[in-house]
Amino acid sequence: MNVDLKVTPDKYLPHRYAGASGDFNPIHIDPEFAKQVGLPSNILHGLWSMAQVARAVTDAGGGDPRSLKRLSVQFRGMGFPEQELTVSGSVKEEGDGRIVIAAEAEQGGKKIIKNAEAELSPQ
Amino acid sequence: MPVKTDAIGKSYPPFEYELGKEKVGEYARAVGEENPVYFDRAAAKEAGFRDVVAPPMFAVVYSWGAVALPAVDPDVDLNFAMLVHGGQEFAWGEPACSGDVISTVASVKEIYEKGGMGFYVFETVSTNQDGAEVARGTWTNIVRGVS
Repeated sequence: MNVDLKVTPDKYLPHRYAGASGDFNPIHIDPEFAKQVGLPSNILHGLWSMAQVARAVTDAGGGDPRSLKRLSVQFRGMGFPEQELTVSGSVKEEGDGRIVIAAEAEQGGKKIIKNAEAELSPQ
Repeated sequence: MPVKTDAIGKSYPPFEYELGKEKVGEYARAVGEENPVYFDRAAAKEAGFRDVVAPPMFAVVYSWGAVALPAVDPDVDLNFAMLVHGGQEFAWGEPACSGDVISTVASVKEIYEKGGMGFYVFETVSTNQDGAEVARGTWTNIVRGVS
């Protein structure tokens, strides 16, 4: 099983995710505000990036949302719109209908999610 | 200023969220999902769900109102200016489907200090209208410069 997902969030993705999730923190949607607080630009929602890890591991396991039993991540860097994000991962443990996957997400060679661990029980 | 630990073990009133088909679709599109079980009632039923099903990470949407309670509790005293979301975990049970009424209770699991940073760990437990657990979340917030 190979986990490999590439996605480039467009300029307005953080706005759509803000509306979908309810998280309107201006560091995600207002480049000028973000710069005022010392960031290079508005940054991706960490939970959007985590959702990409969830999608990547679920798809690798056949795509049934019931197969994803657990996912834990550590947020370790800022993600930005208009840059390709890559989720990669591999099987760490397998047996008794249960698969544990270790994964991470990076953008431009910088890890934004580290030590992700997913438990799948393919349906 | 060292962290205050009085709130460890404290829990908060339940937050109720009713799942709707169009909200699930809006969220699924925003995170790039394409599986029709997230959008199409017939496809979801065909796959054995009661109705359109929410992507697993939709748990952040129905539990957000619950986890906000410890975050703004003066007993917890979270310093938002220095706050970063350090880590997140979910464990999923029964699928959450359109029409479900999900009730989420948040509690303060741990507060501790390590390497000059404050760790505030909140737990959310979400159950549906039948009392079945749909998701259990562990939210780790890190506050820089506490000592």
